[in-house]
Amino acid sequence: MIKVENLTKTFDERRAVDNISFEVGRGEIFAFLGPNGAGKTTTIKMLTTLLEPTSGKLELNGFDPIKDPGEVRKSFGIVFQDASLDTELTAYENMEIHAVLYGLSKDLYQKRIDELLFLVELADRRNDLVKDFSGGMKRRLEIARSLLHHPKVLFLDEPTLGLDPQTRNLLWNYIKDLNTKEGITVFLTTHYMEEADKMANRIAIIDHGKIVGSGTSAELKESTQTTSLEEAFLKLTGHSVREEGGENQMRQAARLWGGGNRR
Amino acid sequence: MKTIYILWQRQLKRYLRSKSRIVGSLGQPILFLLALGYGFGPVYSQAGGGNYIHFLAPGIVAMSILFTAIFSGIEVIWDKQFGFLKETLVAPVSRINIMIGRTLGGATVSVVQGLIVLILSMLFGFRPNSWGTLLALVIMFLIALLYTALGTAIASILEDMQGFQLIMNFLVMPSFFLSGALFPLRGLPKALTVVTRINPLTYGVDALRGSLTGIYQLSLSLDLIVLTSVSVIVLGVGSYLFTKIKA
Ligand SMILES: Nc1ncnc2c1ncn2[C@@H]1O[C@H](COP(=O)(O)OP(=O)(O)OP(=O)(O)O)[C@@H](O)[C@H]1O
Ligand SMILES: [Mg+2]
Repeated sequence: MIKVENLTKTFDERRAVDNISFEVGRGEIFAFLGPNGAGKTTTIKMLTTLLEPTSGKLELNGFDPIKDPGEVRKSFGIVFQDASLDTELTAYENMEIHAVLYGLSKDLYQKRIDELLFLVELADRRNDLVKDFSGGMKRRLEIARSLLHHPKVLFLDEPTLGLDPQTRNLLWNYIKDLNTKEGITVFLTTHYMEEADKMANRIAIIDHGKIVGSGTSAELKESTQTTSLEEAFLKLTGHSVREEGGENQMRQAARLWGGGNRR
Repeated sequence: MKTIYILWQRQLKRYLRSKSRIVGSLGQPILFLLALGYGFGPVYSQAGGGNYIHFLAPGIVAMSILFTAIFSGIEVIWDKQFGFLKETLVAPVSRINIMIGRTLGGATVSVVQGLIVLILSMLFGFRPNSWGTLLALVIMFLIALLYTALGTAIASILEDMQGFQLIMNFLVMPSFFLSGALFPLRGLPKALTVVTRINPLTYGVDALRGSLTGIYQLSLSLDLIVLTSVSVIVLGVGSYLFTKIKA
């Protein structure tokens, strides 16, 4: 479903993604793990047509994001790492814009929006402005929105950042459900190792733009001779804190406090 | 088509919901009408210029359209910072349509704002030709389109709101003050004449004043030619820059 071959992205001299290759099969849940600044979001941006690779080959649902961005865009849904809702609009209006952008017909999307809002437990907040939502509610809305157009691949870039255990649980259960029932392929990143452990069929660990380990959780533990995914992760990526830590922490704090409030 | 419509509607909803923004942005035009209209009025009529409010009001309407339009365009930066832009950029629609939708939306909002100021100026004694308002509407829309597209073009290049003050001071304010919105174009020093003729808003103000009061300082056809061609160019450049936005 996803093919990445010798993918590299440099931002003025700096290699954010350094010659990585991997594949994700149809219906798989794939976890892409790595410390802050490892290159996870950059990889996702290239797969989702937001960034052009410096070199390498990409394929998503059989299409090339550079040559055929239209088809690729129809194929995936995404929950971005940072907020991406219009907070001046209601939950329903945010969903409606998405539906129209993806070419769904009105009688089709009205029903589906209500179903999805019900699923993420926002049905009663349907007509409330998003700026009055909590961080968790916004996140749930973004997830509902990403599923509106029945994507074949779902990208989740730290979807549970700043959420309480209840909400995280609800989200992962729901996504697991989708994966089993509808066979949707999931590409996720998270810093919570136990989430990756529980969810993913396969895991790749990236550090400084390079893939330093991949396989099932069991394989990773075995090859590093550790007992938990967290230990395996630390063994593969080292214990030193990344330079990006500061900036990212600020971003995460901002997200926790405001969840991306406007003005 | 539906993409354009829904994004147009989004701009309108955002505008209508920000009551404080609507009311707040009326403060400046009222201040200008009051301070300049009543302050300069006597001097102006003594100098043989006639009723100054009659001269000033169309300029103030143009000003509020200019401000609202630039601001609507600049909103792209907010969408960048608050992430909504990404949502539109990964959707399977052409960026040109996204650009058109939001520009038309911003332009519509600006025309509405201009109409409110026009009605307000009537409270200050302005009496427009009723049969000219239809033409005036067209011209208001052209001005709005031009400056929304300009704002969008600028916002496509800028990373954050840091440059906003720069734009206000070196683009928006000079555009307004050097457009003939406040003073007649006749008998200006040569340098100022050149500047006013380069400034597209001059033609907008002239056409608006002409359509509302019947008095042109240039000519309607020249105004329309300049306004339309500059709008087309800016829309083209804006669309190009918008399609090049990096997420
Ligand atoms: N637009 C950009 N310009 C310059 N450098 C960038 C840009 N985007 C990302 N980078 C750099 O590329 C590297 C990888 O960033 P990326 O956002 O992909 O990391 P990440 O793995 O998603 O980290 P996190 O877990 O903190 O989200 C970092 O060093 C970052 O500073
Ligand atoms: Mg990231």
